[in-house]
Order: sequence, then structure tokens, then C-alpha cells
Amino acid sequence: MTPLIPMATASVVAFWVLAPLAVLLALGMVLARKPVHSALSLAGMMICLAILYATLQAPLLFVVQIIVYTGAIMMLFLFVVMLVGVGSSDSTIETIKGHRVAAVIAVLGLLGLLAFTVGGTIQRAPVGLDGATAPFGGNVQALADLFFGRYVFLFLATSGLLIIGAVGAMVLAHGERIVPKLGQRETAARRLQAYANDGSHLGPLPASGVFARHNAIQTPALLPDGSVSELSVSKTLAERGAFVDADELRAPTREAFRAISEARGHDAGELE
Amino acid sequence: MNPNYYLVLSVILFTIGVLGFLLRRNAIVAFMSIELMLNATNLAMVNFSHVHGNLDGQVGTLMVMVVAAAEVVVGLAIIVTIFRTRRSASVDDANLLKY
Repeated sequence: MTPLIPMATASVVAFWVLAPLAVLLALGMVLARKPVHSALSLAGMMICLAILYATLQAPLLFVVQIIVYTGAIMMLFLFVVMLVGVGSSDSTIETIKGHRVAAVIAVLGLLGLLAFTVGGTIQRAPVGLDGATAPFGGNVQALADLFFGRYVFLFLATSGLLIIGAVGAMVLAHGERIVPKLGQRETAARRLQAYANDGSHLGPLPASGVFARHNAIQTPALLPDGSVSELSVSKTLAERGAFVDADELRAPTREAFRAISEARGHDAGELE
Repeated sequence: MNPNYYLVLSVILFTIGVLGFLLRRNAIVAFMSIELMLNATNLAMVNFSHVHGNLDGQVGTLMVMVVAAAEVVVGLAIIVTIFRTRRSASVDDANLLKY
């Protein structure tokens, strides 16, 4: 008796759930305007691939993909995005004319070429890895046998590669000091010079604003005339749009004072 | 499960990586596209390993991951150094050889 519904194995379900998700996340990585969103989409796509590895009988690769790729590499990307600047989104000006259309056409051609040449090459049912891993007792043990047996020199070479990579990163990322470090005396002299030249303020920058219900770093301070002091909020926060409107912050207090004044009657006078 | 589907998925992801590399001018995103291409080829290798019942494909994938880790560390250090000297992470701004 044949079942009415064709049996779907777990790997089939996983593939049809994860493959569209992986493609969508990959497209999201390419099309996202901000590098942070790109990095998060790519991390999601890597997790999808990790689960696909698990369905393809590669449990070690499933774990390594999550730890090394999403855990280490993508977090390194996020750190660099943080260093280089979150606000630096791509410019939309084309430096080479027709570059975008040409790129899309070339990629479509490549997709057709690869999909029609490589996409149908496997003509037999998958053998599965049970036969290859059974003599060793498991996937990890079988891989260990290969790494410490046939591929041992390759494995040793990777240690050299990783050490060279780490040293290279330290050498490249280490900043040479081109100008001497400014001491307290030089800073003071520079400030006084600026004051003498254009009368800029001698003291430190104003602190962020303190309101009845907010005193966070992104609240702007008010000048005596009630206007907002631009210097009181960090430039980075202002660029990201994390600037809170001062009137919005003042509104609840004002409302409360008005209500109290009304309740106390007009003879008690205004509170403000 | 037809193993060719995994190959087609791998091809699609690889071409999306190529597209990102060609389209995006932010050096970090271009670099992420390269990672996407490496991941796509990893999927193809794991699939071939599963089809042929042979673990060499998984060994290759682990090697690609190790090389990718080293490559990312050095590449991101280069991007940070370029950003520090030129205050830009766009690949269009590193054009001194052009003139």
C-alpha cells in the first residue's frame, strides 16, 4: 500500500524551509543599505547553512560553522563596522556609467552558466556517510583520523597560517603615532590660542541636559534662552538620529506645572 | 532528496555573492560577499561528500573555514588601516594608482 501523502523526510523539510530563507538573507546582505544590517543578514544565512550541514550528516561542520563563522568571523565584522563607522552607508552615485546594469547582466549570465552546467551533474542517489564513519565510531572520530593521518601536514600548516594571520593583523592594525601626543600644557595653550583667535569657549563642553524625567546622554542641554545647545550632544549620536527633541522632554513637566497651577487656583500664582 | 538541489542552492548563493562584490562599494560589504561565496562552495563540498560517501569534502570545508578565518583577520585589519589613513571605507576612494 502506498501512502497518500508522499513521505517527507526531515532533510527535505529542512531544505525547503532553509534554502529560500538562505537566499533571502543573502539578497538582504547585498541590498541592505547599512553594513550592520548586511552583517546580521549574513550571520543568519550562515546559521541556515549550518543546519543544512547537519542534515547532510556533517555534525562537526554544523558546530564549527556556528562557532567559527557566526561566532567569530561575523562578530569580527561587526567590530570593524563599529570602528569604521555605522553611519557610513554606501553612496548611490555610479562612478562607472552603466556599471550596475552590466553587473546584474553578468551575474545572471554566470547564474545560468553554473546552474545549467553544474546544477544537474549528480546522477546517482546519495550514498550517505554511514559507511565512511562507521569503522571509527562517528563523524568526529572519522574526521580526526583523516586530519591526524592522511592530512596531518596540512593540519600542521594551518597552525602556521593562523599564527601568521594573527601577527599580520596586529602589525597592520597597530597605529603608528605620526604626531606627538598632546599633553595638558599643549592642550591648554591650544585652547587659549583658539580663544584669542575667534573667542571660542575656554571651558569644557557642556554636559548633556538634565530634565525631570530624562538625563540620558542623548538629551540635549538647554541654553539660558531656552534654545538647544548643539555642543551638549555627541556628534556620533546626532548623526545616528538619536537626538531627543527638547520640547518633547519639556512637555510633561510643563503639563504637570500647568495642572498644579490650575488646581491651586489663580490666587496662589504661577509655579514657573 | 535530490542532491542536485543543494548544488543549485550553492550556485544561487555564489552568484549572489558575486553580485554583492560587483555592486557594493563599501569595502566591508564587498568582503562579506566574499565570505558568502566561500560559504556557497562549502555547501557544495559538503553535499559532494554526502553523495560520494567520502569524508574528504568535509576536510576541505574545514580547511576553507580555517583559511577564511585567517583571511578575514588580515583583510579587516587592512580595511581598518585604510580607513585610518583615508577616513573612508569605500573601495572607490582608494584610487591613487589611477592617476
